[in-house]
Amino acid sequence: MSALLEAEGLALRFGAVPALDGVALEIFPGEVVAIVGESGSGKTTLLRVLSGMMRPEAGEVRYRDPEGGFHVLHEMKEAALRRLHRTDWGFVHQNPRDGLRMRVSAGGNIGERLMAVGARNYGSIRAEAAEWLRRVEIDPARIDGMPALFSGGMQQRLQIARTLVTRPRLVFMDEPTGGLDVSVQAKLLDMVRALVADLGLSVVIVTHDIAAARLLAHRLLVMRRGQVVEQGLTDRVLDDPQHEYTQLLVASVLAA
Amino acid sequence: MTALGYNFGYLDENTKRMIRRALLKAVAVPGHQVPFGAREMPLPYGWGTGGIAVTASVIGAGDRLKVIDQGADDTTNAVSIRRFFAKVAGVETTERTGEATIIQTRHRIPETRLREGQILVYQVPMPEPLFRLEPRVSETKRMHALADYGLMHVKLYEDIARHGHVAMSYNYPVLVGGRYLMSPSPIPAFDNPKMDRMPALQLFGAGREKRIYAVPPYTAVKSLDFEDHPFRPARADAPCALCGSRESYLDEVVVDDKGGRMFVCSDTDYCATRQTQREAAE
Repeated sequence: MSALLEAEGLALRFGAVPALDGVALEIFPGEVVAIVGESGSGKTTLLRVLSGMMRPEAGEVRYRDPEGGFHVLHEMKEAALRRLHRTDWGFVHQNPRDGLRMRVSAGGNIGERLMAVGARNYGSIRAEAAEWLRRVEIDPARIDGMPALFSGGMQQRLQIARTLVTRPRLVFMDEPTGGLDVSVQAKLLDMVRALVADLGLSVVIVTHDIAAARLLAHRLLVMRRGQVVEQGLTDRVLDDPQHEYTQLLVASVLAA
Repeated sequence: MTALGYNFGYLDENTKRMIRRALLKAVAVPGHQVPFGAREMPLPYGWGTGGIAVTASVIGAGDRLKVIDQGADDTTNAVSIRRFFAKVAGVETTERTGEATIIQTRHRIPETRLREGQILVYQVPMPEPLFRLEPRVSETKRMHALADYGLMHVKLYEDIARHGHVAMSYNYPVLVGGRYLMSPSPIPAFDNPKMDRMPALQLFGAGREKRIYAVPPYTAVKSLDFEDHPFRPARADAPCALCGSRESYLDEVVVDDKGGRMFVCSDTDYCATRQTQREAAE
């Protein structure tokens, strides 16, 4: 099986601060990879570089399209990258306000990606939107409701529905449970886990929540000062951390 | 009689040349907004400076000019602009659509079918069809470059979800030549179908926004819609009170303070011609 996304030798500095320093990774189909680390360790920068939103100073990101062809991400034309981002890929922002159009109804938000790739039948767009609201456990009766009137958890679920509606193969998530309270977090994680299994998604998820990583991820990358200091199967890394920083990270988690 | 002290058509030759270059580019890329250097005009922005600049650049001594405002030849703006060109270019003016070679318009397309060789100049307040949806010009430019117009359909979707139909009765967005999303200027949606494959050349000038765009003759112009909610131009459900037309676009006129009103053609030339024909027939 060949990787959906591969990166090697990624480097990027913000002034004197190394945000990425020789990072390499591979994402395989159907795999959930979590990137953990403290604030400022380069997690989000890595996600932005992997998704083509930022250009690295060195290194290469390669993406495999559904036909099996490889593309060097940062050499792709803007139109192709944009298309990729709304068909085969998805991006879930930490703050749902960044990923949603707050003045557009829930149905319109979900329909936008469909319309962007050429759907022109109002009835079927609406039916698809209602179906996705149901899948993310939002009452389809609220299809014409404004996201601003939704709770934080609902907004985040709406953002996920909007991202998944075009059946992407690879989804990037930047701390999707960031601003939510604990019970809502648990519910959201449960839902994401079910969707991932259901759709066979590959997910790259950035989080500082070790518990979330353990629940969702098959594989774990631990980052510190722009370097991947440890990586492996989630349970292996968390149960038997090798690097001292990982040990610190695991020891810092409060056992409930 | 041309006024002394002005160049032919008011603008200096270099400015006209610059605008003609923009026009040629606009015609070559139908629906694409071309920037141009708008000049100070002897009337305020928003009163048709863009349209006047375009007219001044294409008008020749042998042209016959018609100017309409909301379809009417006898409103202040139409009269002033017509008189302006009579003065600074010494051209003949007319109120007859069929006789004009250049028609400058605000908010309407004449009811009489235009023919080859005629030029229709639109005055445009806001050339960017996406500006209410995406405030960043850098981003709207990118959307045009990538033909990324899903957002406009989101707006149509929202209208149908909220009102059951697309609630835009004027300035209804169109796709030109299957490529560029274009604002038709604030003409009623009723007039949109007239733009499609029109034999006349259509030029658009936006003075304040400093943009020119064009639709060459016989170019496909399609109003955006959904397969199951096709574009439907709206028209008041009444005949014209003066000429009896059931096809023309109507203005609603309040006639007293007791709720009385009448519907009359907004195209005064069309209406007058029909009235004359009817009288002649009687």
